[in-house]
Amino acid sequence: MTELVFFINQVVIAGAVLGCIYALGAVGITLIFGILRFAHFAHSELMTSGAFFAFMLAALFASWGIVTPIPTGFVVLPLAMVMSAIFALGIDKGFYAPLRKRGAKPVILLIASIGVTLMVQGLIRLFFGAGSYSFFETETKDVFRIDTSFLGSTRPLVITEPQLLMIVVTVISVLALHLFLTRSRLGKAMRAMADNADLAQVSGINTALVVRVTWVVAGALACMAGTMLALDVTLKPDLAFNIIIPIFAAAIVGGLGQAYGAIAGGLLIGFAESLAVFNWTMVLRPLNAVLPEWAQLPATLALVPTEYKLTVAFVILVVVLLVRPTGIFKGASS
Amino acid sequence: MIRRSLSLFAGLFVLILVVGWLMGLPFTSSRLVEAAAYALIALGLNIQWGYGGLFNFGIMGFLMLGGFAVTFMSYPVNAEFWGGDGPMLLGRALLAFALGVLLVLAARRSDRIGITGRWKATLVVLAWFVGYCVYRSQIDPAAAYIEANAGFVGGLGLNAVFGWIFGGILAAGVAYIVGKIALGLRTDYLAIATIGISEIIRALIKNMDWLTRGTLTVSPIPWPTPLPQDYQAGGADQVTALLLARGGYLALAIVVLGLAMWLVSRAYSGPWGRMMRAIRDNHIAAASMGKDVKSRQLEIFIFGSVLMGIGGAMLVSFTQIFDPSSYQPINHTFLIWVMIIVGGAGNNWGAVFGAVLIWLVWVVSEPVAKAIFETISYWSTTVGWSEIPDIESRSAQMRVFVLGLVITIALRYAPKGLIPERVRQDA
Repeated sequence: MTELVFFINQVVIAGAVLGCIYALGAVGITLIFGILRFAHFAHSELMTSGAFFAFMLAALFASWGIVTPIPTGFVVLPLAMVMSAIFALGIDKGFYAPLRKRGAKPVILLIASIGVTLMVQGLIRLFFGAGSYSFFETETKDVFRIDTSFLGSTRPLVITEPQLLMIVVTVISVLALHLFLTRSRLGKAMRAMADNADLAQVSGINTALVVRVTWVVAGALACMAGTMLALDVTLKPDLAFNIIIPIFAAAIVGGLGQAYGAIAGGLLIGFAESLAVFNWTMVLRPLNAVLPEWAQLPATLALVPTEYKLTVAFVILVVVLLVRPTGIFKGASS
Repeated sequence: MIRRSLSLFAGLFVLILVVGWLMGLPFTSSRLVEAAAYALIALGLNIQWGYGGLFNFGIMGFLMLGGFAVTFMSYPVNAEFWGGDGPMLLGRALLAFALGVLLVLAARRSDRIGITGRWKATLVVLAWFVGYCVYRSQIDPAAAYIEANAGFVGGLGLNAVFGWIFGGILAAGVAYIVGKIALGLRTDYLAIATIGISEIIRALIKNMDWLTRGTLTVSPIPWPTPLPQDYQAGGADQVTALLLARGGYLALAIVVLGLAMWLVSRAYSGPWGRMMRAIRDNHIAAASMGKDVKSRQLEIFIFGSVLMGIGGAMLVSFTQIFDPSSYQPINHTFLIWVMIIVGGAGNNWGAVFGAVLIWLVWVVSEPVAKAIFETISYWSTTVGWSEIPDIESRSAQMRVFVLGLVITIALRYAPKGLIPERVRQDA
């Protein structure tokens, strides 16, 4: 059973954590694409700036001497999400709305979003430097080691407190998003506008309001994803810039414009990445006893070497674009 | 229109003089050589985006290919590699690769023997997997052997100009594959696909230590023209030698740029250019007129990528070091896009103007930001506040902010660029 526990530690938990972060980022991208019809590159900077908002709030809490039972990063998350939503609205007002008003093509908006990416990243680096920060400088990162000896395993099941909370929070927010999209008036309006913007407008939907709500939801989710990523690893200015392409891959694999597809795509890419670099020898080692001398398993038997981990997402992306360009869930293709 | 372009270029010339006066001649001369290489790269993007309307966000990948090509062609021969078992092992890996390709091709043709539908798909996937495993089983020991015994493959010891040409050829080959895969996609998808492919190229070049030495970097890569040391050996003093050598390199770069510009302009003002504009502006109408949209787009994608490969090779042989980890999407993809947007997509002079201007802005914004911060810091300390910490690293980061600011302002107030495209209406 040791092998199975090892597999769960290396693939299931790591993949779920990565998948949650990808899914939350991809939902925002896919919503923006559905409503505004452009690939929003600056989403990575919404994530990073959201994480820095949370970090500043957590530092403020720590300086006031407030001690919380769960990591402070999670306690301040709602506040940071509000700040991120306002920030996203401001970016839209300042940079994208004028271009939309001029009737610019989606391509121009894409280039503008790259400009925004560069500006926000420059500002973050200006204020915080290029170094990395940790949420756990004043508090400890609890690690749960679940003893599995009753299953006959010599290794414990390892999961950290932020990872556990992260999975719980993601599930809650995905459920909330589902209820919002299917039950509330605004959510239905959003889906209508994603389906056919002109038809939505003539049937009396306030499209300007829908656009604002989209930015609020996307900004809040981006902040959540960024903060959780920073809680799992460390906070640095290029935190999300490095994973924006896997996130786009998740959105495209799920079908751009499809919120549920984005969640499925995020989890798929997360699991695929951790599965691809998994060292199969660790699980198959008992086979060495029965295998003949010449067919012994090598020390590392991974599908791709660890240094190519990030390329797994790109390869999946390219294959999906080739085989099924609209994604698994048939995305928008305007 | 002509007057506006001329005055803009005159302004650029004055800016170069001011930079030269403030920052000194050695700094400015090397920046100018780099600007010439970037102008060539921007010309390549101008062909793809300005002429063809193709959204290439994988420029970094093509620059890396060019850099690798020039390293491979012009770096001195590594006798340890050629003397050992390395070539034989690599040959076997190549055979395994060919075998894998044959396997996949055979699986794709399996409908000929009656295997269709789901079974064929399964067979293709299986063929890919087996081919991959066969290739890995040969390349892994070869790579380990070369890294342990010879360091890396080394170069061929030819003149760097051959490396530039090889860079163009290599970029063309990869562009053909990328174009075949990705050009059928619409703009946003194409942008993301090309970014993904350039990241794959980066990961490969960075981690194939046996071929490129990876993060260990390769240097010094020889110049195509005499180095400053050669002039110094001939009796010239340090400053003259530096200027002579860089002047020689700059002259060569400008000759290449001028040649590319002449060829591209000739092609674009002819029937071929009219066809490209027609495809860019309305590819459905162009297709209905009997134009083969897909292969024309592939053609233009390859032409643009060739210029990018040559430009990337020129940059690497100028700095004399090939460092795969120094390649960043911001410095090598987005920067070129800002050059094109600011200069004017669809106009070659606009592309060259944008390249030189943005490159100067990019390199100058760091010292300027530093000067501004130091002034503010001086005032804040005089009034009793604390000074700004880490001015050095902070001003280095200002380049990225300035780049973002420039592109957003350009999109807002000059969406067609400073020297916009001119379409002759008389024909």
